[in-house]
Amino acid sequence: MTAVAQPARQTAPATPASHRKRQRSLSWLALPALLFFVIFAVVPLVGVLALSFTSWDGLGAIHFSGLVSWRAVLSDPGLPHALWVTFLIMVLSWLFQTPMSILLGVFIAGQQRYRGFLSVFFFIPLLLSSAAIAVTYKALLDPNFGLGAGLHTSWLAQDWLGNGKLALGVVVFIVSWQFIPFHSLIYQGAVRQIPRSMYEAAQLDGAGRMRQFFSITLPQLKNTMITSSTLMVVGSLTFFDLIFVLTAGGPADATRSLALDMYRQGFQANLMGQASAIALILVLIGLILALLLRRIGGRDRTGSQLEGA
Amino acid sequence: VSTATLDLSTEPSEPADHRPSQGVQGSLGRRLLHLNWAAGLSSWIWFFIVMIPIYWIVITSLKTQSNYFQSNPLVPPGHPTLDNFRLVFDNDFTGYFVNSVIVAVGSVVPAVLVSFMAAYAVIRDGNRFFLRSVNWLFLMGLAIPLQATIIPLYLLIIKLKLYDTLLALILPSIAFAIPLSVLVLANFIRDVPKELFESMRVDGANEWALLWRLAFPLTRPALVTITIYNLLTVWNNFLLPLVLTTSPGKRTLPLALWTFQGQFGVNVPAVLASVLLTVLPILALYILGRRQLLSGLSAGFTK
Repeated sequence: MTAVAQPARQTAPATPASHRKRQRSLSWLALPALLFFVIFAVVPLVGVLALSFTSWDGLGAIHFSGLVSWRAVLSDPGLPHALWVTFLIMVLSWLFQTPMSILLGVFIAGQQRYRGFLSVFFFIPLLLSSAAIAVTYKALLDPNFGLGAGLHTSWLAQDWLGNGKLALGVVVFIVSWQFIPFHSLIYQGAVRQIPRSMYEAAQLDGAGRMRQFFSITLPQLKNTMITSSTLMVVGSLTFFDLIFVLTAGGPADATRSLALDMYRQGFQANLMGQASAIALILVLIGLILALLLRRIGGRDRTGSQLEGA
Repeated sequence: VSTATLDLSTEPSEPADHRPSQGVQGSLGRRLLHLNWAAGLSSWIWFFIVMIPIYWIVITSLKTQSNYFQSNPLVPPGHPTLDNFRLVFDNDFTGYFVNSVIVAVGSVVPAVLVSFMAAYAVIRDGNRFFLRSVNWLFLMGLAIPLQATIIPLYLLIIKLKLYDTLLALILPSIAFAIPLSVLVLANFIRDVPKELFESMRVDGANEWALLWRLAFPLTRPALVTITIYNLLTVWNNFLLPLVLTTSPGKRTLPLALWTFQGQFGVNVPAVLASVLLTVLPILALYILGRRQLLSGLSAGFTK
């Protein structure tokens, strides 16, 4: 690894003498990162497309099979179901997380001591792996050995993960439990950047506090909402480990999202071609949603990022 | 944490407001406190929602199995026991822990170094077509859920004869960490005043020296932030070890947790002891670098 961390200097392209006034090219500095990214991200991404036109069982030879995998995936009634589950988790967790994160973000943007104390604890879920969270909640929600059984509260001792509708709700709740800290952190940063003069001006105009929140704070958070929503939405496409450990897609496929479907088709049913087709659908949905959200944002931030570079 | 991300960075903020001073924030904070009692109320509710499961993990891991079934689950044990932790250690916890450390350090250190060099090039020489394209590629990487590439990655790792090795986890982890690291580091390198570069160049320093002796120390807070963030991500990764390794000797902690759960079954205290043990190192890191991580992340995303 160390060999890679130190880029060989001879990779620097020779600078033409005519460019003496310009600085020497620094492109070689980006080569190690580019190399890693191309081999282990770009090549596999192209590979997803290629493999979706093949049949492969994960062990033997790979055969080109045209549209066979695609036909199988698109005609499988499991696909619309997985899309629906993914959509539900995405929308419900967005609806729960966004207002909560804004409230918490605004709150912890203040500087009082006890807020700092609270925020130390708020961020703990951010540290836990999805596997650890899933293992914990699976034990906590167990109708016979969990918290509800021990407290003899019948409401809490329901079979949360055994009932399809409840299980989906549990997934949405745990996702929110895990990621609200992260998003409130983003909102906190944004709230602290709102110029104080705006509030002063509003106060001079006699605007009340609620009014200030809705006509200054919220509009100023618009771009942050786009960032945060993009992270939530694209991230929710890939909730795999949480659902895998918590319910393994069950009960009866009630929590079988696209990412889980991909894993099961590929590594349990050994249908790598079909799994790749599902993976490509995931990638496309992610890209389309990210672009749509950027549209809503009204500005091409990628462009401005490059401009600023 | 799957933060397949797209930084559509935010606020058109005044430069003066980037790192707000205590005084400025004091009055703003006070105003917001009165402004929004709803936020205060939800914060306290959320505090309990977050802390009850965590508290439950800690006290339960100190109970014996029989005590667990008899006692109120929210009351700490009268006679705490460390037997559950001993049981976890007797089940090769140390080996999994060492694997996790090797993978985390082995991927995050190179990832941050190569990302830093790339971010430096993009900022200092970004008008070049090549570097613009590289930057664009990384930004696209943020919009794509990279986990979706797991099947071709599996094929690639087999072809490279790396299947069931720790290197199979390290190499893709480096690649996955690069887009966000470059973006965050570039945002911070951009803030280094150009005059500093010029004056050091006049003194005869070459770019290599500028990179390590000027930009590196000046962006240290961002480097610490992104290092901790990447450590968290790699430490908690589940899908890569699940797919790319198979033998217990190559298992990392999140995967080990999953197998512990099957192994310990209804021995809830032992399961929770294993959860607690996997979290402790990262908790220690959090305690040491909390300010850095939180302020860095919030600045990195809202810049």
